[in-house]
Amino acid sequence: MEGVEASEKVKRTTPRLCSLCNQRKAALRRPKTLEQICRECFYNVFEDEIHRVIVENNLFKPGERIAIGASGGKDSTVLAYVLSELNKRHNYGLDLFLLSIDEGITGYRDDSLETVKRNEIQYGLPLKIVSYKELYQWTMDEIVKAIGLKNNCTFCGVFRRQALDRGAALIQADKIVTGHNADDIAETVLLNILRGDIARLSRCTSITTGEDGPIPRCKPFKYTYEKEIVMYAYFKKLDYFSTECIYSPNAYRGFAREFIKDLERIRPRAILDIIRSGEDFRISTTTRMPEQGTCQRCGYISSQKLCKACVLLEGLNRGLPKLGIGRKKGGSGEDQEQSKWHLENRALSLHGKHGNVEY
Amino acid sequence: MAVCGSACGSNCVPKDTEGEEGERLKRLSLEEESSVRRCTKCAEEEARKECNGLCAGCFRAYLYGKFKLAVTSNAMISPTDKVLVAFSGGPSSRVALEFIHEMQSKALACWDASNSQALPVFTVGVVFMEECNISDELSDQADDVIAQIRSIVSGLSPPSKDLHIVPMESLFSSDLRKLVGSINDATGREDFVRHLRMLSLQRVAFEFGYNKLVLGLSASGIARHVLSATVKGQGYSLPADMQYVDTRWKAPVVLPIRDCLEQELVTLCNLESLKHVQVHDKRCTSINGLVSSFIARLREDNSSREHTILRTAGKLKPFNFNKFSSNQYEYVPSRLRPKFQFIETGEPESPEVLCPICASPLTATELATTRCSQQMKGLNIKEMEAFYLSCCQSCHFQILPKEETSMSCDGFFDLLPKPMVKRSLLRLVVSYSMHFSTFTTTTKPFVPNKLG
Repeated sequence: MEGVEASEKVKRTTPRLCSLCNQRKAALRRPKTLEQICRECFYNVFEDEIHRVIVENNLFKPGERIAIGASGGKDSTVLAYVLSELNKRHNYGLDLFLLSIDEGITGYRDDSLETVKRNEIQYGLPLKIVSYKELYQWTMDEIVKAIGLKNNCTFCGVFRRQALDRGAALIQADKIVTGHNADDIAETVLLNILRGDIARLSRCTSITTGEDGPIPRCKPFKYTYEKEIVMYAYFKKLDYFSTECIYSPNAYRGFAREFIKDLERIRPRAILDIIRSGEDFRISTTTRMPEQGTCQRCGYISSQKLCKACVLLEGLNRGLPKLGIGRKKGGSGEDQEQSKWHLENRALSLHGKHGNVEY
Repeated sequence: MAVCGSACGSNCVPKDTEGEEGERLKRLSLEEESSVRRCTKCAEEEARKECNGLCAGCFRAYLYGKFKLAVTSNAMISPTDKVLVAFSGGPSSRVALEFIHEMQSKALACWDASNSQALPVFTVGVVFMEECNISDELSDQADDVIAQIRSIVSGLSPPSKDLHIVPMESLFSSDLRKLVGSINDATGREDFVRHLRMLSLQRVAFEFGYNKLVLGLSASGIARHVLSATVKGQGYSLPADMQYVDTRWKAPVVLPIRDCLEQELVTLCNLESLKHVQVHDKRCTSINGLVSSFIARLREDNSSREHTILRTAGKLKPFNFNKFSSNQYEYVPSRLRPKFQFIETGEPESPEVLCPICASPLTATELATTRCSQQMKGLNIKEMEAFYLSCCQSCHFQILPKEETSMSCDGFFDLLPKPMVKRSLLRLVVSYSMHFSTFTTTTKPFVPNKLG
């Protein structure tokens, strides 16, 4: 097939036409299908696929207030742009808001927040900012100073999840949407296999999670490739902040990300195949799964007596940085990265060793 | 060593350090210098660093123990069985062969010693599949490899074992090299050769009267399979190929060394000087190769990662063909028989419909698409179309020809081995429907006879 394409390239003297409309000149190669298409067709097919995902999965109902998790990065910027476009074009009848979390990372988050403030003006969507400082009295800079660089992503992720829910409750939102794309979900499936987290493995491919809770959250970009999001943002000249978090280099997710990038080069559809595999997994009925309850301290959703955020916060306030990190006693040999999914609670008894945070 | 502080009131005198104490101290310091570590299990022999703190003897016993537990708790081998061991020459299948031989020798010794000799000893055969003419592998070393294999197997007696060296292309009348070469996708090619290999092993088992097939698939091999299958979208059928027992085939496939890591098996081969053939690392641009190097990288980071992957996948629901049916447990002691014959209460599972190429169970969506297309085409369906419709989506993408390929769909279909074509569900439905004048759609899936 490579040889055939190469010879075709040599033969062609006229520029290639878009394979969808056959009228305009092809401007790019679509990462998902490797088709050569023009810019307009790319916009159409990109937006149309997202529209179909929204409709086929009944993500929204007319009149709902939707909080868009906005970090200022490419995913959330494109999400805000496309959602407001589709909302107008197809009359979803939604009330859209931007919800942003300030973790207190100087040199990173304060810059990206400026981007979100510009988005508020550019897209005409009201913005609400919630900060770790006001919720937990700790910024990420302070946390990293206290615990170092090994498990900081655990703290940030757990805290952000709660912060999004609290912020959404403050603006009386009915749903939260996040910009998790196909690459993110594929990485999560792989990570859960590698870490032995069968509970999360069964939930991580759902397009909507937390339906039985107060504020469900959904991921309209579940089948959208990261490369296509970048391409869309580039061609549409959308304003987004493109630097990686300064604390992130040690995240375990990097392993899976590198693998998926290599995989995409060999077979682009593998990313969607991983998601499909994740959806098709059937868990054996004899496996013990965690039960969902509420945190005794803050009332948040939790599978243990105390939710992970409360445990981590207690650790920080008592000067015990490892509280909530790592397995229960007897976990010799396991690396620290396993910690994120296991609860170590010294004071209270536990149901099981599965994590408590819904993703 | 007694050291008294000034608070001691009694009239103790410091021991003479030149006497016994001195000798003991000298021995201790000598040992520390040579840093001899004792085996953590028997505390007698020296611990080998590649054996996780065990001595060579305890390490072997540990691996053999895993093998024996797998065989007995899954009733893999019964006394009347004729077992065929698939031997590739690599370290995993070498260890499997060695352990089966040991188990057989022990059974033979018991039989010799017993008065009644009522229960026979199972017989073992070995098969080596020659594939160098099918795929582009180095064929100049084939003769050396075969000679080594012959010497290995002849050394494993008593009891003696039949060795079958079978070139794959001799089993089927089609031009397998052309067939495999027509598959464009590198991963699809490798996977198709793997399916052909299973078909060939089953053929050999059938021809020579074997009723069980042993594969030397290790925990590492299964971890690779778990990730590859996930990446190819085969999440539904993943549990089928990784259980201890697989009865989809005429000769059920059992995996006795499923719990042993490849590293451990290689170490054992080195410790016991078990001759095996070096398996060459092909530079592959396929997904399988990428997964292999990914797992190798993970293993460097954390040596127990493969076990974790295995454990996660072990929590997925196996299929009903992943255990023996109740009448195959005749020789299990009666006190254990209830464990195997227990049938889960609940709705009876309908038999799975299998893809004719890779034998993986089709998902509900794939089945629905198949039936829909079948209804649309009605009686005018060609045998080739019926076959292609009954394949899973993964085989459709990476194995079956598409418009851009050089070989036509018809050409590909004609080259397929007949046993593979026979498995196709729709072909059987179509042939039945042609027999009867009215075409009725089956609502219950028609399950073909055992694959073989």
